[in-house]
Amino acid sequence: MISIEGLRKVFTANKTETTAVDDVTLSIKQGDIFGVIGYSGAGKSTFVRLLNRLEEPTGGKIFIRNQEITALKKNELRLARQDIGMVFQHFNLLWSRTVKENIAFPLEIAGVEKEERNQRVQSLIDLVGLSGKEATYPSQLSGGQKQRVGIARALANKPSVLLCDEATSALDPETTNSILDLLVDINQQLGLTIILITHEMRVIRKICNQVAVMENGKVVEHGNVLDVFAHPKTDVTKKFVQQLMGDAEAENEFEHLVHTFENGKLIRLHFVGETTNDALISKLVKAYDIDISILQGKITRTQAGAYGTLFIQMTGEELEITKAIQHVTEKTSVELEVIRGVR
Amino acid sequence: MFADLFATIKVEDIVEATKETFYMTIIALIGTFILGILLGLLLFLTNKGGLWENKWVNFITATFVNVFRAIPFIILILLLFPFTDFLVGTIRGPNAALPALIIGAAPFYGRLVEIALREVDKGVIEAAKAMGAKTRTIIFKVLLPEAMPALISGLTVTAIALIGYTAMAGAIGSGGLGSYAYYSGFQRRDFDIVLLCSVIIVLIVFLFQFIGDYITRKLDKR
Repeated sequence: MISIEGLRKVFTANKTETTAVDDVTLSIKQGDIFGVIGYSGAGKSTFVRLLNRLEEPTGGKIFIRNQEITALKKNELRLARQDIGMVFQHFNLLWSRTVKENIAFPLEIAGVEKEERNQRVQSLIDLVGLSGKEATYPSQLSGGQKQRVGIARALANKPSVLLCDEATSALDPETTNSILDLLVDINQQLGLTIILITHEMRVIRKICNQVAVMENGKVVEHGNVLDVFAHPKTDVTKKFVQQLMGDAEAENEFEHLVHTFENGKLIRLHFVGETTNDALISKLVKAYDIDISILQGKITRTQAGAYGTLFIQMTGEELEITKAIQHVTEKTSVELEVIRGVR
Repeated sequence: MFADLFATIKVEDIVEATKETFYMTIIALIGTFILGILLGLLLFLTNKGGLWENKWVNFITATFVNVFRAIPFIILILLLFPFTDFLVGTIRGPNAALPALIIGAAPFYGRLVEIALREVDKGVIEAAKAMGAKTRTIIFKVLLPEAMPALISGLTVTAIALIGYTAMAGAIGSGGLGSYAYYSGFQRRDFDIVLLCSVIIVLIVFLFQFIGDYITRKLDKR
């Protein structure tokens, strides 16, 4: 669907060169919600702006639907852009136009007939849940409503790709959630590929299935969200995972547990995706003659299933505990680690 | 008492002079609006990072604007006499004042237009680009509508400067209230005429300001 080869962008200011995007190679499949995460200055915003050439690449190639974006002439690029929707952090709506007129704008650009334009605008307004706000000016809308207009506008020309440049960063957590739900909805209803730039791990967690972590213009890690979450290789990724999970996995934390809970086995369960692990704890208690107490942990839901760590204490007959452990390691994908055996 | 004070004034003359002032101001304002928008767009678009970035066109436009803004209006009229004569066929009367009024006010308004356009949110222009808009579409559907309140309030400021200019033009025979105040009032030591003309001009200024403010408020949906 989208393939990016050796993409580079160098900015020159006052005779010093800054490499904002450094040799990025990625491929994104049709229907993916692809997240790019990084701290500010990592080059992620420049990266997404290179994709529709709002920023001209210094080197490398971009293919979208087998069309080489980087080889297009000015006029061809204009037409190609109509197939790439873009949502901005600060909405970028025209204040002089009403909601309806804002959404109609890209259709006017594409030369869609007035009657069809009105029809499409109305169905988009319904899709993003702004019915009744047609004649309202952006200044009278809340941040979340403005972003809904932004999304409707980006979808107006039925694009195959949607670029979201920090689309939720200016919104409060609750509004962020509703906008993210809308994006997932659109992704599923329209089969649209979404590329999403963010500095918030919870955004990635909530809607992305693929993720790329950027640092200093480079993609340092990428792949399936759960894989990257479960086995972060670089320090940046670890920090991002920590942002989500807290310090639950810090060494000194279970040192403390070992001293406090003196009976039974202390076990760490590491959940990575898969819904077959549902109700694992209660299944264990029912099937084996043991007691389990949950000591500490954090489980979070991602697009692809649960992810997180639980520290539990198993007490009971040694044999039963061994059987329970065997059950976990053999029949589920949960990673199990015995921190301390029975005393 | 008023009859005493303004005994020498003929009502028809005052009405005629007021009409001439309105005529000059309004026609010059229309010319200034068109020329000023063109100059402002040219300054904005050819500027560094603009849609038509072009160092030379920008330099030439800026020089033109700066030179004509620098020349005092009363001297500009004198300088433009041959041009006016060629264009209008005379150097007297309200029509003869128009070229100088427009050339004097348009560069000033052009700068205000440039400032207004620069105030348009860059993100909105970027969004239009991302939608695949042509430059023409960006100018007419994004830049000008988004800048409209500032363009109108700038035009109000310019209109008031223009009213002042018409009075100056009056001193060298263009007609209007300035002319009336100078020739029939000042030169004949009829100071009540000067006073009355001043009052009327102030009222006209207030009127333009009021209309300008009203339109700006109506247009601004921010």
